[in-house]
Formats: sequence, C-alpha cells, structure tokens
Amino acid sequence: MSATFLGMPGNFPENSAKAVQDSQLRFNLRKATHTIRGKRAGVVGELPDWQELRAAGKAIKDHTLRNLDRYLLQLEEAVTGAGGTVHWARDAAEANRIVTDLVKATGETEVVKVKSMATQEIELNQALAEHGITAYETDLAELIVQLGDDFPSHILVPAIHRNRSEIREIFLDRMPDAPRDLTDDPPALTEAARLHLRERFLRSKVAISGANFMVAETGTLVVLESEGNGRMCLSLPETLISVVGIEKLLPSWRDLEVFLQLLPRSSTGERMNPYTSMWTGSVEGQDFHLVLLDNGRTDVLADEVGRQALRCIRCSACLNVCPVYERAGGHAYGSVYPGPIGAILTPQLRGMSSELDASLPFASSLCGACYEVCPVAIDIPEVLVDLRAKAPHAAAERAGMKVAGWILNDHNRLARAQRAATRVRGFVPKRLPGPLSAWTDTRDVPEIPEESFRDWWERNERA
Amino acid sequence: MSARDEILARIGRAVAGAEDVEIPRGYRAGRQAEGLVELFAERVDDYRAIVHVLPASEVPAKIDESVAGRRMIVPDGFDRTGGWNDLGTADGVITSCAVAIAETGTIVLDHGPGQGTRAQTLVPDYHLCVVRADQIVAGVPEAVARLDPARPLTWISGPSATSDIELNRVEGVHGPRTLEVIIST
Amino acid sequence: MQVALFITCVNDTLFPGTGKAVVSLLRRLGCDVDFPAAQTCCGQMHVNTGYREEGVRLARHFTEVFAGYDAVVAPSGSCAAMVREQYPKLAKPGSRGAAAIAEVAPKVYELSEFLIDVLKVEDVGAYFPHRVTYHPTCHSLRGLHLGDRPTRLLRNVRGLELVPLPGSEECCGFGGTFAVKNPAVSAAMGADKTRNILDTGAEVLCAADNSCLMHIGGTLRRQKTGVRTMHLAEILASTEETQ
Repeated sequence: MSATFLGMPGNFPENSAKAVQDSQLRFNLRKATHTIRGKRAGVVGELPDWQELRAAGKAIKDHTLRNLDRYLLQLEEAVTGAGGTVHWARDAAEANRIVTDLVKATGETEVVKVKSMATQEIELNQALAEHGITAYETDLAELIVQLGDDFPSHILVPAIHRNRSEIREIFLDRMPDAPRDLTDDPPALTEAARLHLRERFLRSKVAISGANFMVAETGTLVVLESEGNGRMCLSLPETLISVVGIEKLLPSWRDLEVFLQLLPRSSTGERMNPYTSMWTGSVEGQDFHLVLLDNGRTDVLADEVGRQALRCIRCSACLNVCPVYERAGGHAYGSVYPGPIGAILTPQLRGMSSELDASLPFASSLCGACYEVCPVAIDIPEVLVDLRAKAPHAAAERAGMKVAGWILNDHNRLARAQRAATRVRGFVPKRLPGPLSAWTDTRDVPEIPEESFRDWWERNERA
Repeated sequence: MSARDEILARIGRAVAGAEDVEIPRGYRAGRQAEGLVELFAERVDDYRAIVHVLPASEVPAKIDESVAGRRMIVPDGFDRTGGWNDLGTADGVITSCAVAIAETGTIVLDHGPGQGTRAQTLVPDYHLCVVRADQIVAGVPEAVARLDPARPLTWISGPSATSDIELNRVEGVHGPRTLEVIIST
Repeated sequence: MQVALFITCVNDTLFPGTGKAVVSLLRRLGCDVDFPAAQTCCGQMHVNTGYREEGVRLARHFTEVFAGYDAVVAPSGSCAAMVREQYPKLAKPGSRGAAAIAEVAPKVYELSEFLIDVLKVEDVGAYFPHRVTYHPTCHSLRGLHLGDRPTRLLRNVRGLELVPLPGSEECCGFGGTFAVKNPAVSAAMGADKTRNILDTGAEVLCAADNSCLMHIGGTLRRQKTGVRTMHLAEILASTEETQ
C-alpha cells in the first residue's frame, strides 16, 4: 500500500459527516454488516456454553497480561528450542528495521504477505518499499485494497467498503493478467485473484505473516484464515517472518480450545474458518523468525481501565454491530483499527495529541452493542468513557459543563434555572445558535413546559 | 538496554500490583457423545464439501471411483499403491487425518504418515480425505487434547473460501477447491 | 410501600408530564410516593462526556439525597443504569463513597422493573386505545437488561395494539452529547430509526427514556410525520377517565 494512515488530517465528526453522504458506501456497509451480524448470531446461538467460553477467554487473556513478561520468556525459549529465532521490537521503526534486514539477508526483493494487522499498524510495506523490497498482499481483500491504492476499512474484511462492481473495475484497471471479459460475479473475481497470485506463491522465497495466537508453553504460532493464501505463505517459502504483538500470547496449549471456538464464530460467523495453520519453530526445513512487537502496547498495559483492550483477538464483531461504524465506515477512524475497538485502541496506542485521535473516544453513542458481542468481554463503553476524561476538551465546552455542573449540584439553583427557562419558553427559536445548532439542524427542540415537575410537586403536594 | 530487556521491564512496571485472575473453565470439554459420525457428516456437508459414510470394506472401491482419471499424490504411509509424484501437475491428493471434529465439521492433519507434507495437501486442487469413525471427536476441546503441538497442524473445514466480496461466501480460492471426505465406519 | 421518585433532571425540566404520570400510576397501585426535593441529576452527562470530577460530585449528591429509602423509582432506563452500573466504577474500592453507592444503587429501579419485580404486577389497569410501537432504549436493553418487562406491561393495557418495531435493538443515535458532537452520524441513525417507526404505521412511539424520545421525537416532528412520542409511564397511567 502506498497510502498511509499516520498523520491523517481531520477528525471523526468531519470524516464521518462526509461518509454518511456517500450513499453507495452506506449501502455496501449496511448490507455487509447486517449479513455478518446474522451469521454470527446464528452460530453463537448454537453453542449452549457460549457465555462460559467468553468468561474463560476473558480470564485467560487477563491472566496472560498479568504475567506477560514471564510468558514471553517462556515463549522465546520454546520457539528457540524448536529452531526458530526470536527478535524483540520496541516500536514500529525497530520492527521494520528487523524485518527489512532479514529480507535483505535472503537477497530477495519480493515478499508475499498474509493479512496481518500488526504489519499494517507499523506500515511495514512502506518501510520495505523504501529499501527496494516489494510486498505483495495475498488476502483477497488486502489485494483489492493494495491494487486500489486504498485504505483498509475493516479488520476482517478490509475492502468491505467496496462492492462487486467496484472490485471488478479495480481488477480490470490494475491487474495486468485479469481477463478482459471479467464479470462482477464474485466467483469470477475470486478466480481472477487465484490465477493472479498462483505463480507468485510458487516462486516466492520469503513470506511475512502475523499470528492470531502464540502459545507460551509450546512455542506454537496459530494463523486462522479462509482462502488458503495463508497456508501458501506459511508453508511454501524458504523463509517465514512473523510479526506479532506481544499481547497475542496464550499461556498453554489447552487454551486454544477456548479461542478456536470464540474467534471463528465471532469473526466470520462460521463454526470454523476453512483453514487454521499451527507451527512450532522451524518446520520442514523452513527458516523461521518471530518478531515480538511492543509499539505502545506496554503503555496500554499500564492503564488499569484501558488495558482490557489488549484482550482483543481482532475478530471485528464489534465493528459489525456498531451503528456508528455502519454509517461512518472504517476510513473515518483514520487507523488500521476502526470501529469501537479502534476508538479505544488507537488513542491508547498513538496518544491523543492529534485532532483525529482525540476525537475517537467520542465516536460512539455508548449503546453497548459492542460489549455485548465481544468474545473476550471488553467493556468498550467503559474504556471510551475513561478516555473521554483524559481527552482534551475545548475551552467553551469546559466552561459550559462547569456551569451546568454548578447548577445541577444544588436543587435551588436548578429550580431557578428552570423558572428562567420557563419565562422565555415562548421565545425559543426553531434553530438554535452555536454548537446547539447541531441539534436543530435535523431535529425540533422540545417545548419548554409551563412549570417544572418540582414546581408542580411543590404547588400540589408539599402543602 | 536491549529491546528485550526494555520491553520486559516496561511490562513489569505496567502490571506491578495488579491482581492475578483465576480461569473459570465451565465450558463443555471431555465429552463422549453419541452420533458423532452423523453430526460430522452433516457439518462437513454444510461447507459444501462432498461426504460419504461407508463401511471400511467399501472404502477402497469408493476411493478408486473418486480418483478415477485424476493424477493423485499418494503420500508416504497411505495404504495405496501407485500415485503421481509431481506436485506441479498433480490433480489431487489423498490423505488420512489425525483427528476430526463433529461439531465444527473439521479435519485436522498433523502431516504424519499418510497425511503428506503441507505443500502436498495444499497445491493440488482436489483433496480426498479418509476419516476413520474412531478419529471423530465431539468438539474443539476434545480435538486439542488429542493433538501434538510439536507437529505442524492444518485444520481444514471445507474447501478454501472467501467472504471478502460483500461478505458472501465463495468457495475455491487458493487452497483445494474441492474437498471430498470419506468416513470409514 | 414507600417509594422515592427520582424524576431525573431531563424529565424534571422538560417532561414534567412523565413525572405526574409516575405519581398517579404508583398511587393507583397503592404506593406512597415521596419526592425528595434536594434531588437534581445523576451526573451521567458529565461522566460520559469526560467531566468526571463534576459527575462524581453529582453522584455523591445523589447518594446523600436517596440514602435511607427502600426503593427509588426512576422513569429512565438510562439514569437508573448510570446509578446501578456506572456509579460503582466512580468510587475508590473501600472508600466511604463506595459504601454509600453499594447501599443506594441496588435500591434504584427503572419503572418497569419496579412494577414487575417489586410490585409483581403486569396489568396496571391502564386503558389506551391506540396503535403503539416500542423502542427499547440501549441502556434499558443492554445496561439494565429489562428484557420484555416494558412490553409485558404494554400488552396488558386495554385497547392498546402493540406493533413490533423492525431493528428495534439498534441505537436511535441520541447518545447524550454524542448527538451534538457527531451530529451527522447521530442524524443518520435517527433517520433510520424514524423510517422503521413509520413503517409500523403506529400512532405512538413509546420508550422508557425521554432523552431518546426527545431525539427521535424531534426528528419525527421536523419531518412532520404526525407520530407522537410518549413515555411508558404516560401510557401506563392512562385510564378511561383520562382518555
């Protein structure tokens, strides 16, 4: 991808205001999110012990985070013992440097990639390109995004904002070997991608992946996927480099029994995703490197409320049920992590110094749908509210909230304010000035009543 | 300070004083259920794979029928003579499996004898897998308990598929586009 | 039974009719209703907008005002959820504030919870001969888990025809200050909600939160749809005499 998220201008309210005007985008997102919502609900409903699995998933992750240093060392030992090499990266620049050096050491200038959030987060493809190395995305949606010079807009389905006819246009435009008579039939589009990538898989010497899980006890890495591009990248090339966030750890082999039930059902809404690959160290003679990535995660870990975001297994169920995401789309969040989880993860990983990042904790109506579907029970509304307290506030708003707080803290002051409002009740304009115009642009204001409830009670009941 | 030491120190500071957590495992595990063959067959079929349930004595004939006219890779340790050796031109691969999961319709290969290498089960467009009834377990926990993490493992649930276009499932991307499963009872 | 009414600041100031309805309904059911005059606001707006200090002050005020009552009834799922779900996160564990919250919070009920769980009544003797659809507001649904309590009450109202609302579980787009901080998305959500309401052909949209109804109702009125919004309490308080 040549596009980059870092330093994106704007803020969520403005970005999303543009997005809601795009009726094609609204239609694509609505259709896709409602489809996956129904599928998820169906397969989750099949399991009588879903809440028990969810409780176990949450606790396993919390326990891992509490003992993360110990488990990382255990993982390192297990991976090394199985013939792999472990590298540690404090931040994006360090991770990119490690990966670039590893690729350079092979003498290759092309690598194939399995869809990975961590490598998107550190913008690895751009870093490799600066050193003359071309990274080819092999996941269908990532390919659509890469060919379209576009941004991913969803964790699981990065091209969710594109419909079939837009994808056909991108393929015809940017994929030299696409058949000229390509239709917008999804099987035809899929076949074009299959043929386009086939040769590349067979000749590539280096692959780069992420991982869904790492098992400390055994040193095993786990990748869940659907298409088989993951299996191609993980098993065919001579060198495999996996870049994985330090929070992707599970203590024991047995813990997979929980997460291999939680993730597929929450993510693609299937009982099981088509392919899951597990490998421990160097397999079938492959040269294996694991790059453990911090990049802000230890800062998140230090926050008592916010650290629960590190339980995230990137299933994207929260995006699919979020009414705000459905209308704003993923790009409005200006991060590889969009939607509700992005609104709590991005400001924690990047800080809130940019206007965009400071607006993210407010990109939610706190409806709670995200928390309800989260397979590891991340209380996203709780973290949003906590981040709002840490976010910078505009001076005018701060002043207004202080006054409101002062009035509301005393019933006599509140009663006087209510009576003052009653006196002007006939003069409230249909369109309010200043920030309150945001209300009256699309809604009428409620009528101010003749008297407040407390005055009515005082008059009728107190006597 | 190395990156490793710095990250570990940062973690130590971040979690200092935090309480540890007990892991409740109230979910279903260690099940010995009835009707696993039927459930497994139904769930594999849901993925639009081809499924047969046959007595062991009829399996060789069924294999002959299914592979007729195909250049099949027959991995070491699979009880069948002949077979095609060139991965690039093979039409299909025939394997056994390590374990199968009824609830999710999944077969798991540990790439031991009879199961081929990872590449052999991936590159050809057709995968025929023979599952013995006693290899089928109820659910994911029962499967995880039977598997050896030291081995490379490939979990397969139906043919390769994608949901990347409008979240509609399309079968057949990079992995085998046809998965056929014979359950030997 | 003695009951303290927590009217909530929004109802007190803008929707006194809802408060009067709660008083008349609870009295009809034999309750002795008190209105602690010193009450003001639960502090939700401040806490949820990032003004924790002001919010905590209001929460402290709430726990002082309502200490000592056996039951506090609020005609708002959102404010009841604030007290029950969010208050415990505001105080330091083991502090005096935490103890005060632990004392008061479990006694705070949303109206339909109080009627069904405490008074054990589903038929409140109401009469309301209209076609009504019900929107389960987010904090009622996912905060308090009210479930079908409100609709069980509505189904027992004589003359009332309850029609299901498509996409009822989806947020209306109010979200407190969200409505003015993210007006475009809020309005888009409100537009979809009103479309679903209009599709039901209902004359009245009912909910257990006037704040959400203020947003949806404001949109319905701006579009001149003719659909009225009514708080659950107002429908349950209706009788043949008031019709």
